[in-house]
Amino acid sequence: MVIGKVWRVSGPLVIAENMSGSMIYEVVYIGNDALIGEIIGIQGDKAFIQVYEDTSGVSVGEPVEGSGKLLSAELGPGLIGKVFDGLQRPLSELEVLIGPFVKRGVKASSLPKDVKWFFRREKGLEIGSKVGPNDIIGYVEETPIMTHKIMVPHGVSGYLKEVVGDGDYRVDEVIARVESGGKVFNIKMYQEWPIRKSRPYVRRLEPTELLITGTRVLDALFPVAVGGKAAVPGGFGSGKTVLLQTLTKWSRTHINIYVGCGERGNEMADALHSFKKLVDPSSGRPLYEKAIFIANTSNMPVAARETSVFLGATLGEYFRDMGYDVLLVADSTSRWAEAMREISARMEEMPGEEGFPAYLGSRLASFYERSGRVECVGNPSRSGSLTIFGAVSPPGADFSEPVTQNTLRYIGTLISLDVSLANRRHFPSVSWLLSYSLYVDNVSAWWSKFNTSWSELRREFLRLLQKEAELMEIVRLVGPDALPDQDKLILEVSKMIREDFLQQSAYHPIDSYSPPEKTLMMMDIILKYYKKAYDVLLQGVPLVSIKELPIRAKISRMKEVSPNEFSKFYVNIVNEIEESFNNLVKGVVG
Amino acid sequence: MNYTLSIKELRSVLSAKGSLLFIKSIPGVRYSEIVEVVLESGESRLGQVIDVSRDATVIQVFGGVSEVNVKTSKVRFKGESLRIPVSSDMFGRVMDGLGRPIDGGPNIIPEDFLDINGVPINPASRLPPSEFIETGVSSIDGLLSIVRGQKLPIFSGSGLPHNRIATQIVRQARVRGSEERFAVVFAAIGVTYEDAYYFMNSLRTASTIENVVSIINTASAPTIERIATPRVALTVAEFLAWRYDTHVLVLMVDITNYCEALRELSAAREEVPGRRGYPGYMYTDLATIYERAGRINGKKGSITQMPILTMPDDDITHPIPDLTGYITEGQIVLSRDLFRKGVYPPVDVLLSLSRLMKDGIGTGKTREDHYQVFMQLVSAYAEGQYLRELTAIVGSESLSDRDRKYLNFADLFERRFINQGEFERRSIEETLNVGWDLLATLPEDELKLIGVDYIRKYHPKYRS
Ligand SMILES: Nc1ncnc2c1ncn2[C@@H]1O[C@H](COP(=O)(O)OP(=O)(O)OP(=O)(O)O)[C@@H](O)[C@H]1O
Ligand SMILES: [Mg+2]
Repeated sequence: MVIGKVWRVSGPLVIAENMSGSMIYEVVYIGNDALIGEIIGIQGDKAFIQVYEDTSGVSVGEPVEGSGKLLSAELGPGLIGKVFDGLQRPLSELEVLIGPFVKRGVKASSLPKDVKWFFRREKGLEIGSKVGPNDIIGYVEETPIMTHKIMVPHGVSGYLKEVVGDGDYRVDEVIARVESGGKVFNIKMYQEWPIRKSRPYVRRLEPTELLITGTRVLDALFPVAVGGKAAVPGGFGSGKTVLLQTLTKWSRTHINIYVGCGERGNEMADALHSFKKLVDPSSGRPLYEKAIFIANTSNMPVAARETSVFLGATLGEYFRDMGYDVLLVADSTSRWAEAMREISARMEEMPGEEGFPAYLGSRLASFYERSGRVECVGNPSRSGSLTIFGAVSPPGADFSEPVTQNTLRYIGTLISLDVSLANRRHFPSVSWLLSYSLYVDNVSAWWSKFNTSWSELRREFLRLLQKEAELMEIVRLVGPDALPDQDKLILEVSKMIREDFLQQSAYHPIDSYSPPEKTLMMMDIILKYYKKAYDVLLQGVPLVSIKELPIRAKISRMKEVSPNEFSKFYVNIVNEIEESFNNLVKGVVG
Repeated sequence: MNYTLSIKELRSVLSAKGSLLFIKSIPGVRYSEIVEVVLESGESRLGQVIDVSRDATVIQVFGGVSEVNVKTSKVRFKGESLRIPVSSDMFGRVMDGLGRPIDGGPNIIPEDFLDINGVPINPASRLPPSEFIETGVSSIDGLLSIVRGQKLPIFSGSGLPHNRIATQIVRQARVRGSEERFAVVFAAIGVTYEDAYYFMNSLRTASTIENVVSIINTASAPTIERIATPRVALTVAEFLAWRYDTHVLVLMVDITNYCEALRELSAAREEVPGRRGYPGYMYTDLATIYERAGRINGKKGSITQMPILTMPDDDITHPIPDLTGYITEGQIVLSRDLFRKGVYPPVDVLLSLSRLMKDGIGTGKTREDHYQVFMQLVSAYAEGQYLRELTAIVGSESLSDRDRKYLNFADLFERRFINQGEFERRSIEETLNVGWDLLATLPEDELKLIGVDYIRKYHPKYRS
C-alpha cells in the first residue's frame, strides 16, 4: 500500500505528497485518527483528497495511507429499516457505541456481522450447474414484507460446487462455493460494490408503467414512469421535503430509499419516527420494513454529501437487480452541488457558472442516469427498476441558476414548486403551469386499463387551468364582472380543480394517499359537473343558481371519502349531478 | 484526539491583511488550531489556523490584524481548537464574543473546557420536537406554533420591533403542565450597545427569568469575533441542555451581522465570491450554527433557537434570509405594512411558517380543532388579501356579498387576532376562540377546511 504524508490541509481538502502509485477514487486514511478520504485528483506525486470527516487537528507530515480499494458499499441482509451516514456507517448502531454525537474516526461495520439470518436456499439450483453474476442462490426474509435475494457477486462465474442447507447464518459465513478453472470462489451473503460505478444490466426497458404515488397532481397531471427520473425544485418552505417523504411513504414500490443530504436533523428524526408508526397500505406493515435511510445532515462533513447520493444509487441498483421496483429520493441535490463547488474551489479549479465546477452537469447526469427499468443480469430472468427523484433548492427560488438548469437536461418529469402557492397554503404547491412530464405518452396505455380515458381528462384539466390563468390576467385588469358567464364558470371549475382535487394534505388520515382509481373518478366528477353546468348555462340558467347547488359543497368534500367507499360515492354523486342540474333547468324553463 | 501539549512559538510573520496573518509553517501546526498573536505592546489576540501547508500557514486573527507588526509580533501555537470554560454557575454572567467575562465578576471556575464548534448530533439519536411552547402571542401560538427543540428565526427589517417581540416571547413562554423553566442564552452579534443593553435588561427584569447567560459582541467589538460569538453561546447552551437537563432558549441577534463578518473574512481570503459577495459555503456555515438545536433520545434538556436577522432592504430573497430559511424550521416574518398600520406584533402570517407545528398541536397538546382552525384562518386571510389587491385596482362596486365578508374578515383578523398588547398573554384557548369568532363572520359553507364535527362543537353559532 502507498503511504504518503500530509502536505496541506484546507478544510475538507487534504493534499498529500509521496503518493505515487495511488489511483483516482481510492480510499485513503488520513492522519493519526485514520480519517476516511477519497482521492479525487493526482498531480505528480501529490494526491488531492476529499476527506469525509472533520479535518480539525490534522497536521502537515501526518501519514496518509492508501487502501488500494475504491469507496464501496456493503450489500446484503441488514440494510432494510436502517439509517446510514454517507459512508454507510450504521448511525443507529453508532448511537449505542459512542453516544448521541457523531465523533470522527469511528469505524463501524455497515452490515451487522453478528446477526444470524435464516437462509433459504433456491431449490431449483442444482449442484454442478453453471452459475454467473446475479444468479439467485437463496433467500432471506429480511422483514415480513421484504425478501432479500442472495445473488452471486459480479466477477464470479463457474460451476456450483456447494450450497449450504437452509439455516441460520451470519453475512460473512461462506454459504456457497463456485469453481472455475481450478479456482474456487467463496460466496457469502453479502458483497461489495464501488458506489460511483453503476451496476450492470442486460438492457434498458421502456418506462411504460405509471409510478403510483398516490399524490394526485403527480399521478394525474405530471406522471413519473416506473424507472423514470424527476426533479423537484422549489424555494425554501415550498414543500420539497414533505412531497419526497410522502412519495417514500405511499408509492407502490417494493423498496424506498430516502437520502437526506445536507438537510435538517429534525427532519430525518421525523421521517424515522413516522416510518415506524405509519403502515404500508397494501401489507399493513410498518413502513420502515421496506425503507432505507441515508442521513448526512447539513452540519455533517460536506464531502460525504456526494457519497450519500451515490451510496443511495448503489443500494437502489442492488435491489433493482433482485427484480424489485425501487424508489430513491434525494433531498437536496443542491447541497451536494454546493459541496462539489466548495471542494473544487479549494482545489483551485477553474470555476464555471456561479462558481460551480465545469463538471457539475456530468456529475448530476452520473447520478440521474442510474435510474431506469431494466432487464436484470442473472437467472432466473427478471426485470427491476430504480426511479429517482431529486430535490433542488435554488437560491432565492430563482430557477435560472446552474443546478436547476443542469438538472433539467437529464430528467423526465419536472415537478416545479411555487412558493406563492405554498404561502397561500396550497399544498402540494406544484405549479400546474411550469411542471411537465415526458412520460405522458408512455403511461397512457397503463391508465387505459380503467374505463375512463385518462389522457382526455388530463388534457381537459390542463386546458381549464391554462384558461384560468389567462382569465385571471383580465380579472386583475378590469375585475371579474367584465367576464361572460361561460368564462366565470371556467373560473369556478378551475377553483374546484385547484381546491378540491389538486390540494392534498400530506397529513390527512384519508386524503394523504389517493389511489389511481379514486383520482380518476374525482377528475371525472369535476368534469361531469362542468359539462352539465355548461349545458344548463347555455339553456339560460343563471350562474348564481348553479353556484348555489348543494352538490357543489359535496364535491368539495369528496377527498375525505375513503377509497373503499369511493365507487359507491361516485355512482351516487354522478346521479345527483345529473338530477340537480335537470331540476335546475326545469325550474327555469318549466 | 490526543494533542501533544507542546506549545510552539514563532517570530516570522510573512504578511498581514484584513484579519489574516500569513506565516512560514513550522512542523506540527494543526489545521484549525488556536494561536495567540502577541504584539510588541504585550497585547495578545487569539487566532485560528484556517489553512496549513508545508510552506505556509494562514491564520485568521480574532480582533483583526491592525497594529500587528510583521517584524516584532510573536505567534504562539496552542495545539488545540478554541475552547471555552463552562460551568453550571454561569447564570447571570456576561461574556464577550470569545467567552471571556466582561461583567467585572470573577473568572468562570470551569467544570469543563468545550470546543466552541460542538459535535453534530447523530440524526438517529434525535427525538422529533413535539412539546408545544405557549408564548401567549396569538399569531404565533395559533398559526406558527413553536415546539421545544425547534429553530425558528425572526426575519425582521430595520426599525421593526423584533426586540420587543423577542423579549415578549421569552417573558411569556411556558410549556403547559410543566414546571421546568427555560434558561436563556442570549448572544448579541454586532448590535449597538443600546440594543444589547435593552435585551439584557428586559431579560433580567422579566419576572420569570433568573437564568440568563449573555454573550455580547457589540458593534464596536472586533468584527471577526462575530464568527465565534454564536458558537460560544451555543456551546454554553449545549452544556446546560445536555449536561444539566435544562431547557434552553438561545436568542441570537443579529445574524445579518454574523454573515457580514463571514463575507469580510471570505474577501480577505480572496475566495471566489458567491451570490452578492457572500461565500459559497455560507449555507453550510450557517447550518453548523442552526443545527445545534433539538432534542436527544434519553436526555431531558432541549435547545430551542430563535435567531433574529434583519433582511437587507426588506428582501426575503437576499442570501441571508434565504439560506437561513433553507436551514431553519420555518420563519416568523415581520411586515412593514402591518407595522405602519400600527399592528403589534406585525407578523406577516402568510410568509411565516412553523414547520414543526403539526407535531406540537392537537388533542392533548393544544386543542383538537387547532390545525383546521389554523388552516382556515390563513386561507381566509389569504383570500381577503387577494380581494384587497383586486379592489385596489378595479374598485369595490363589483364585489359580491361573499367578497365583502372576506374583506371585512381580513381587517378584523389584523386588528383582533394578530394585534395584541405587548404585555398581553392569551392562552391557546383564548387564541382559538378569537379565531372562531372571526371565522363566524364568514358564511358557514365557506369553512371548507374544518370538519363538520368541529364546526358543530366550536362555531359560536352552535356554542351558546
Ligand atoms: N402536502 C402538504 N400538505 C400539508 N402541508 C404541507 C404539504 N407540503 C408542505 N406542507 C407545509 O409546508 C412546510 C414546508 O414544507 P417542506 O419542509 O417540505 O419545504 P421544503 O421545500 O423542503 O423547504 P426547504 O428547502 O427549506 O427544506 C411543511 O412544514 C408543511 O407545513
Ligand atoms: Mg426540505
